[in-house]
Amino acid sequence: MREQPPGERIKNYDEVPYGYSPEEAIIEAERCLQCKNPKCIEGCPVEIDIKGFIKFIAEEKFKEGVTLLKEKNILPAICGRVCPQEVQCEIKCIVGIKNEPVAIGRLERFLADWERENIEIEIPAIPKSTGKKVAIVGAGPAGITAAADLVRLGHKVDIFEALHKPGGVLVYGIPEFRLPKAIVFKEIDFLIQMGVRLFTDSVIGMIKSIDELLNEYNAVFLGTGAGLPWFLEVPGENLNGIYSANEYLTRANLMKAYLFPKYKTPIIRGKRVATIGGGNVAMDCARTALRLGAEKSIIVYRRSRNEMPARNEEIHHAEEEGVIFKLLSNPAAFHGDKNNWVNKVECISMKLGEPDDSGRRRPVPIPDANFMLPIDVAVIAIGNSPNPLVPSTTPDIETGKWGNIITDPKTCKTSKLGVFAGGDVATGAATVILAMGAGKIAARGMHNYLMNET
Amino acid sequence: MVKIVEKTEIAPNVHSCTVEAPDIARKALPGQFVIIIPDEYSERTPMTISDWDAKKGTVTFIFLEIGASTQKIAELKQGDELYSFTGPLGKPMEIKKFGTVALIGGCYGIGGIYPVARALKQAGNKIICFSEARSKFLLYWNEKLEEVSDEVRYSTVDGSIGFKGHAYDDIEEDLKTGKKFDRIIAIGCTYMMYRVSEASRPFSIETITSMNTVMIDGTGMCGACRLVVEDKTKFACVDGPHFDGHKVDWDIILSRRKAYLDEEIISQER
Ligand SMILES: Cc1cc2nc3c(=O)[nH]c(=O)nc-3n(C[C@H](O)[C@H](O)[C@H](O)COP(=O)(O)OP(=O)(O)OC[C@H]3O[C@@H](n4cnc5c(N)ncnc54)[C@H](O)[C@@H]3O)c2cc1C
Ligand SMILES: Cc1cc2nc3c(=O)[nH]c(=O)nc-3n(C[C@H](O)[C@H](O)[C@H](O)COP(=O)(O)OP(=O)(O)OC[C@H]3O[C@@H](n4cnc5c(N)ncnc54)[C@H](O)[C@@H]3O)c2cc1C
Ligand code: SF4
Ligand code: SF4
Ligand code: FES
Repeated sequence: MREQPPGERIKNYDEVPYGYSPEEAIIEAERCLQCKNPKCIEGCPVEIDIKGFIKFIAEEKFKEGVTLLKEKNILPAICGRVCPQEVQCEIKCIVGIKNEPVAIGRLERFLADWERENIEIEIPAIPKSTGKKVAIVGAGPAGITAAADLVRLGHKVDIFEALHKPGGVLVYGIPEFRLPKAIVFKEIDFLIQMGVRLFTDSVIGMIKSIDELLNEYNAVFLGTGAGLPWFLEVPGENLNGIYSANEYLTRANLMKAYLFPKYKTPIIRGKRVATIGGGNVAMDCARTALRLGAEKSIIVYRRSRNEMPARNEEIHHAEEEGVIFKLLSNPAAFHGDKNNWVNKVECISMKLGEPDDSGRRRPVPIPDANFMLPIDVAVIAIGNSPNPLVPSTTPDIETGKWGNIITDPKTCKTSKLGVFAGGDVATGAATVILAMGAGKIAARGMHNYLMNET
Repeated sequence: MVKIVEKTEIAPNVHSCTVEAPDIARKALPGQFVIIIPDEYSERTPMTISDWDAKKGTVTFIFLEIGASTQKIAELKQGDELYSFTGPLGKPMEIKKFGTVALIGGCYGIGGIYPVARALKQAGNKIICFSEARSKFLLYWNEKLEEVSDEVRYSTVDGSIGFKGHAYDDIEEDLKTGKKFDRIIAIGCTYMMYRVSEASRPFSIETITSMNTVMIDGTGMCGACRLVVEDKTKFACVDGPHFDGHKVDWDIILSRRKAYLDEEIISQER
């Protein structure tokens, strides 16, 4: 797929890959073998009829393609961009055994973009009201998907979102250059046109408790995500100039600090920015730092390149743009100047030892091999756990070891009657498509519950 | 969007603003705060809830015109709307019978201590409020504070009314001359709260300070508001904003407050 050249794109915040033209999409779609037993579908967590929509593209029947795609996935423009296809649908593709697999994600993005740009999106007919009301807490992918399915089943749906804009991580976390926000807002508009009501600025647990919601609604879905940032817990971590990834990305994306001073939220534009971590979130931070003018954007990761959890495409994009990878290095402390501004990160050199529980080789420190890296901004991108606000204000919801809400995987039921949960709040930080999948399961579980409730 | 029903400059550069927010008015408890975005371009700005009326469905906050976002709020008039208004946030202040409680308010904190004093008074405490400013004409809500207190003490830097100097000096003298308080609560600028807690430290009187760290979401998501309390990282927005001043690591807080100085100057110039 054509992309903005690396030297250009780090000077702007626009999307990196341009997307297929119709001709390119058709050529790519023709590579699909239309397998009798399409393995690709098994790889997709929401079981999209991949073979089917690709056939429509090859036949230039884009509209039919979109309709088929949307039967299983209401957010194809988003998933086509951010799904880790290389470990899901595309890894299973038969063509991939000998050649590059069919670019399923890109084709999915093409159809969704084509629809958005070319046709007036039809609002599906809403079935007769069931008279039941549901509250969705959190407007991330899990909540949005559950809302869409529930409204189509005839329930009245209200979404409560803590922030001033809906979208969850899609809006506050994933940068504009990977996922243009206009796409997300368009999808949410679509929901509102279907009759879903959205209440932003509503922190559930504070403005209303879950029990209060249950007085007003027949059922509640919790899709509050994994928004509790981890810190390294090393000396000096509270110096000025050290951000959590969530803060850094929220300032940049949700609050549009990249358009400062038109938008008033500031962000420190470091010359040497170190991002700690090796996942997608770390890549997003390191690439954001470049776009904010960093001369050196450095990823500090304690294992080797092979163990990095980030998608290959993201690592590749980061490398192309000039992000420096300092691997097998673990921060031990941050040091600051006399005004308490960070100016160095002290790292321990590591080597790989035996595999751990996750099967990845465990990093072990090399004695006496500490080194200093001069920096002026650090971003800690080592993970998040589920947001504790709702569980802590709702003692009768059972949570697990990491504060995750415990659910029945088949229905998304929690330990509290009438309350369902799914997405990152149940699984811990995962993926957009898994959160959407959970939203779908929950919608089905809630529908059964609502229709059998006396 | 919430509508402004009343806005007044109650002292030079200090405004009180009342908005229609019935759900928040119903839920608010003393010591909680809201986060306000005046218009699409502004920052998320935390403000203490200084008063509310559950029947009328209104919430009042007091703000100092400091940077770009508070200047934007200052420009708005009755009938205008605030782009975003979220609350109530934070843990409420602990309200129970302690005995004699000293409440120290400076700058916006004069408004901040008002609902706390009112609730503590109702809980049967003896209330002594210390209200401080640079000069007499910068004090506000004097009658309101007097209504809910057994005693209100004023301190001004220029000595135009009450004690000449700062409230922390005033209460320190009290403590040194053997006056007893069962609890001290300070709301206002960081340096003032720091000085109050240093003043009471030798006397081991529990001193609650209301931390006004930088904040973004206010839900525990970003970590911008982190501070260190007894060697543990805490988030002011969800674990606080009220912490035992004797356990807070003040060096970190005082340095984090200045983090955006340069940017703030730029954002006011444009
Ligand atoms: C920087 C970053 C990059 C990522 N990149 C990818 C990627 O490329 N591909 C991929 O598949 N996944 C990616 N992920 C993971 C993916 O974004 C998440 O797994 C997904 O968004 C989870 O969806 P969710 O609906 O469960 O929660 P979230 O998206 O976290 O949404 C939860 C929502 O609930 C709201 N909320 C929380 N508490 C309350 C409350 N008390 N009351 C009301 N509302 C509340 C939050 O404000 C938020 O809007 C990335 C994550 C991050 C942080
Ligand atoms: C929980 C909480 C409750 C708060 N309650 C109130 C309130 O009721 N009324 C109120 O006016 N403010 C309150 N604040 C402080 C208020 O949020 C900030 O003053 C405000 O964000 C300033 O925004 P701005 O864009 O106008 O100024 P900025 O441009 O962000 O700041 C301008 C400059 O002033 C400095 N500054 C900002 N606030 C303070 C302060 N409080 N003390 C000393 N220096 C400061 C900044 O560091 C910066 O250098 C509260 C803060 C918190 C966290
Ligand atoms: S939703 Fe994701 S996994 Fe499923 S087909 Fe699309 S890109 Fe592949
Ligand atoms: S496995 Fe690959 S070739 Fe086969 S149907 Fe799926 S996309 Fe087409
Ligand atoms: S303001 Fe973001 S965690 Fe407290």
